[in-house]
Amino acid sequence: MSNTKKEQQPESFTNREYEAGFITDIETDTLPPGLNEDVIRHISAKKDEPEWLLNWRLEAFRHWQTMTEPHWPNVTYTPTDYQAISYYSAPKSQADGPKSLDEVDPKLLETYEKLGIPLREQAFLAGVAVDAVFDSVSVATTFKGKLKEVGVIFCPISEAVRDHPELVQQYMGSVVPTGDNFFAALNAAVFTDGSFVYIPKGVRCPMELSTYFRINALNTGQFERTLIIAEEGSYVSYLEGCTAPQRDENQLHAAVVELVAMDDAQIKYSTVQNWYPGDENGLGGIYNFVTKRADCRGARSKVSWTQVETGSAITWKYPSCVLRGEDSVGEFYSVALTKMHQQADTGTKMIHIGKNSRSTIVSKGIAAGHGNQSYRGLVKIAKSAEGARNYTQCDSLLIGDQCGAHTFPYVEVKNPTATMEHEATTSKIGEDQLFYCQSRGISEEDAVNMIVNGFCKDVFNELPMEFAVEANRLMEVSLEGAVG
Amino acid sequence: MMLKIENLHASVDGKEILKGIDLTIGAGEVHAIMGPNGSGKSTLSNVIAGRDGYEVTQGSVTYKGMDLLAMLPEERAWAGVFLAFQYPVEIPGVNNTYLLKAGVNASRKHRGEQELDAMEFMQLVKEKAKLVELDQSFLSRGVNEGFSGGEKKRNEIFQMAVLEPSLALLDETDSGLDIDALRIVAKGVNELRAAERSIIMITHYQRLLDYIQPDVVHVLADGKILKTGDKSLALKLEERGYDWVREEAHA
Repeated sequence: MSNTKKEQQPESFTNREYEAGFITDIETDTLPPGLNEDVIRHISAKKDEPEWLLNWRLEAFRHWQTMTEPHWPNVTYTPTDYQAISYYSAPKSQADGPKSLDEVDPKLLETYEKLGIPLREQAFLAGVAVDAVFDSVSVATTFKGKLKEVGVIFCPISEAVRDHPELVQQYMGSVVPTGDNFFAALNAAVFTDGSFVYIPKGVRCPMELSTYFRINALNTGQFERTLIIAEEGSYVSYLEGCTAPQRDENQLHAAVVELVAMDDAQIKYSTVQNWYPGDENGLGGIYNFVTKRADCRGARSKVSWTQVETGSAITWKYPSCVLRGEDSVGEFYSVALTKMHQQADTGTKMIHIGKNSRSTIVSKGIAAGHGNQSYRGLVKIAKSAEGARNYTQCDSLLIGDQCGAHTFPYVEVKNPTATMEHEATTSKIGEDQLFYCQSRGISEEDAVNMIVNGFCKDVFNELPMEFAVEANRLMEVSLEGAVG
Repeated sequence: MMLKIENLHASVDGKEILKGIDLTIGAGEVHAIMGPNGSGKSTLSNVIAGRDGYEVTQGSVTYKGMDLLAMLPEERAWAGVFLAFQYPVEIPGVNNTYLLKAGVNASRKHRGEQELDAMEFMQLVKEKAKLVELDQSFLSRGVNEGFSGGEKKRNEIFQMAVLEPSLALLDETDSGLDIDALRIVAKGVNELRAAERSIIMITHYQRLLDYIQPDVVHVLADGKILKTGDKSLALKLEERGYDWVREEAHA
């Protein structure tokens, strides 16, 4: 006779159904696959762009053609055929752009409703304004009127190009130049939509701003561009969420996010990334290759990146801070979960230029199943950064024995007065911890959730309240079926 | 009958540790199991609580008429089995009270009782914390995170008080305790003695039994219960060691 109690293996990670994996059946205006100057002219014409922007795109494209795709991250994937992707897809019903929420195609409203993002203002969480981006276009932006009262501009970037060209022209590409890297150059050439935020001097944005990105069309890439400008003494908290249908093909998402913080300005940027991760055999999923950078231009400016990355087949990004201003502060709080065959190479760059600039990095990596992930971070202290300080903490949690976690910290210090601290741990969810919880009456699955949430607590605490709840739930859903 | 163990054989990594244990414990009884290192004491408590990696090759464990070995560890907890760990586990970032509340409410749910709300639970927890003189600040700290050895053991008895088990296994709860901490822990356990609650204390030392008087003392050695007696057996063991029990058993 053997011990008859069920065999339990924490490593047998099965994927619970991806809840956002449905497809919206909607008539689209989609460009045929392929990339050339005509495609870029076509996108620019669709958006009725001024000539300077078309030239900006073409210049980026020409530069991109001279570049080669980098392959240094600790991930493996089949190369993307850039001629096989369609670079523009928009629901036909949105051809002229929505004038108001009443004009938004009900099918689109339903899509966001299903994703838990009701776009009717009265239905949505009080105090959160949403810009909903569907494939290549923004379909709705809520609470624009209310924000306008205090001078805050929150709109699709294509609209900002039309209505506030001077701001766009002044700031776009000033943080991430068009030729910054392969994917940033590609984005500059073909970007379609994204959000634009402008917070005037001394204004504390009265509500959370959020953009919800949805990829729906097949064989398209999503290349959005977000630009946030916080003028002197202003404050804004911004959140982005992302989902995509379940498909067997990999899809590319190459975004660029630029943040500019002036004197005493604060930007809190949170991401809950739940792109389709692929299936349990590693088929399909989004390639999430994103460039995110903040320019802490002003004295005492502060930018805080918080990211919860649970989706995508591959996540490859380093939300960074250029700490130019004296006493400027950069923060990076990250939770990355890789399960099944997901891979992530993510981290941050903190570039200290200003005197007494400070940065904090807290990275929590969780690998399960065949998931593989790396923390990669650069802390650079320039000669000018007298008295700069950095604190870095990287913790990895492994569930099972088929997964991997790696840490690649890079440090460059050119000023001897800098203070650097680095802590790193790797631990396994112990049989001990699981059994301890179980012996207190907590099921193994709940125990895994509890242990993982405890591990992520420092990061979840940084999220705006409504989204911390969402992040918790997302981790639970992602971990469901982790055991048993 | 609370617990009936019959001819229990169990192996770890293919090596037989328990070689035919027979043990019967009535409701409300306190049994002490003593024995030298490596005799199988901890294996026995782990098998009863349901830890992975212990293979039962023969025999049965019946708890309140149920086949305990067919149940998951959490199902055993819901049915009222509790193990105070020899080495309590740290779970960083998970609040001590949160873990307990999840445990208590899971048990209540499975018994068809209403779950306790946050207020009711805090009241219960505060009251029980006094029992082992556990400072309130421990309630909001991570599970055993940064606790001293003695604090961890007190936390185990505190958890026992909150979970109110029918069968509590105390695995070397006295080890690593100074005399003051031992007194506090023992006082807590004594207050938890009840007509419907049985306790198994696993210990190396007679010392604990000065504070918690057992009804029955067993000697476990070489994977078997070699001798059973009353409190005086423990005193005799302290004085003479375990060899004479072995010799007597093999004679």
